[in-house]
Amino acid sequence: MTYPIPPGTRDVLPEEMRELRAIGDRMRETFEGAGYGEIHTPALEYEEVLLRGDARAAGARYRSFDDQGAVLALRSDMTIPIARVVATRYAEASPPLRFSYVARAWRATDRGVGEPREFLQAGLELVGVPGAEGEAEVIALTIEALTAAGLGRHRVGVGDGALYRGLLSSFGVPEDAHMPMLEALSRRDLVDLEHQVDALGLEQAHHDLLVRLPQLRGGPEVLGDAPEVEGLRALHQQLEARGVADRVIFDLGLVRELGYYTGPVFEVYDPAVGFTLGGGGRYDNLIGKFGRDLPACGLAVDVQRVHLAQAAEEALR
Amino acid sequence: MTGRLTIAVPRGALLGGTLDLLDGLGIDTSEVRSNDRKLLFADIGVVTMRPSDVPTYVEHGSADIGITGKDVLLEQSERKVYELLDLGYGACEMVVAAPDNGDPIADALRRLGRVRIATKYPRVAAAHFAETGRQAEIVEVKGSVELAPLTGLVDGIVDLTATGKTLAENNLRVFERITTCTARLIANPVAHKLKAAEMDAIVERVRG
Repeated sequence: MTYPIPPGTRDVLPEEMRELRAIGDRMRETFEGAGYGEIHTPALEYEEVLLRGDARAAGARYRSFDDQGAVLALRSDMTIPIARVVATRYAEASPPLRFSYVARAWRATDRGVGEPREFLQAGLELVGVPGAEGEAEVIALTIEALTAAGLGRHRVGVGDGALYRGLLSSFGVPEDAHMPMLEALSRRDLVDLEHQVDALGLEQAHHDLLVRLPQLRGGPEVLGDAPEVEGLRALHQQLEARGVADRVIFDLGLVRELGYYTGPVFEVYDPAVGFTLGGGGRYDNLIGKFGRDLPACGLAVDVQRVHLAQAAEEALR
Repeated sequence: MTGRLTIAVPRGALLGGTLDLLDGLGIDTSEVRSNDRKLLFADIGVVTMRPSDVPTYVEHGSADIGITGKDVLLEQSERKVYELLDLGYGACEMVVAAPDNGDPIADALRRLGRVRIATKYPRVAAAHFAETGRQAEIVEVKGSVELAPLTGLVDGIVDLTATGKTLAENNLRVFERITTCTARLIANPVAHKLKAAEMDAIVERVRG
């Protein structure tokens, strides 16, 4: 007889728990030290409240009913609950507002192997600081927190989730062709994407840009002087001022799956782990959906994946 | 993990074309060619495996890049790997075939309301019949798919064919072409960022 637990969930025994706790603590200390107070929100929320944030992001597929018949859902990230908190509990507070969390979230997985259903996230949200200044603060602090957690070779990828869509519009690509192209881009199926671009019959320069863009990644040189990436150039300057520009990889093909991002998006990498450690981005419309119009950005990492990277880092020493 | 890339190389039908490709990139593959039992060739950064395992190794980052067939990628579409290039070689057709005796698939659909299909590609087959509005019972087999309709297990098959010879020898006829599958270059998403220069050098040389 076996007594299984659902695939993608796990028991954590004391030795591992101690190490996870230590990583969470070091990240929390970094965030708190920078003025990001830790916040707790309920694991269960009303589904209609999460859906107000974003229909896809709220895709927590674990639902239940309470005794009133209301639909409750396990949160799938902390960003939407914090947006709700900002608009309701801090309705009058003057920005900027800074919050951090080390908390669990739940997502449905398409397959059991490797993909967690329940995961522990450490992250931060910066509310009320628009543009590059806010993004640079969040990126720099995440890099610092991961260094505190024992990593040494981590990097942050930065792209602009709206860039490709904007180019498609400005090149006059019909709206109904956008979704399949953005979908191919988000999977980085560059073969499929190139076929789709070929079929558009664009002028050569536009064609080549749409094909090459998803491969452009590296230092600030990939940004060139195009007006579309003005925001990323400003971000690079801010990152330089904070001394972390060499830890950042600009990636013009980067898009994140969550629907609420409005500008720059981030991913966190470590050479010891084949998966991204986490991600985030700017979401200037999300808090407004709960009634207070404030720009914001945030970043979160999966603590168990950070642990994998930290263990590999330790083995190198 | 810095410097040179680890490359997942498929054994089987794609091996020859893949080794030719690697030779063209200046990688000395003579040891791989002369030793078909050894799996790991650390000094040239090559690991060899079944084509269907390539996405697994690349997704987890145990290999930075890999070469496998589009058929494998279609069947394992949930894998988080980047598809960088169509390498062109190893072209095969994914087809629906059935005994060359009338139209067994249409007959089954008309009289029994569903068709039974044997395949090594259950997800590709199910998607094809769903997209064309037909009910299909998919029977997954591991070995020679051609046997299944001959014994009455199924009405037809979905399989990959290069020349159509094996199908013809088993008295099977191609009724529908689903798609053409060629060898693809895939990459681990993290290595794509952290080893961009090495990866781009390969992509540039292959694109020519």
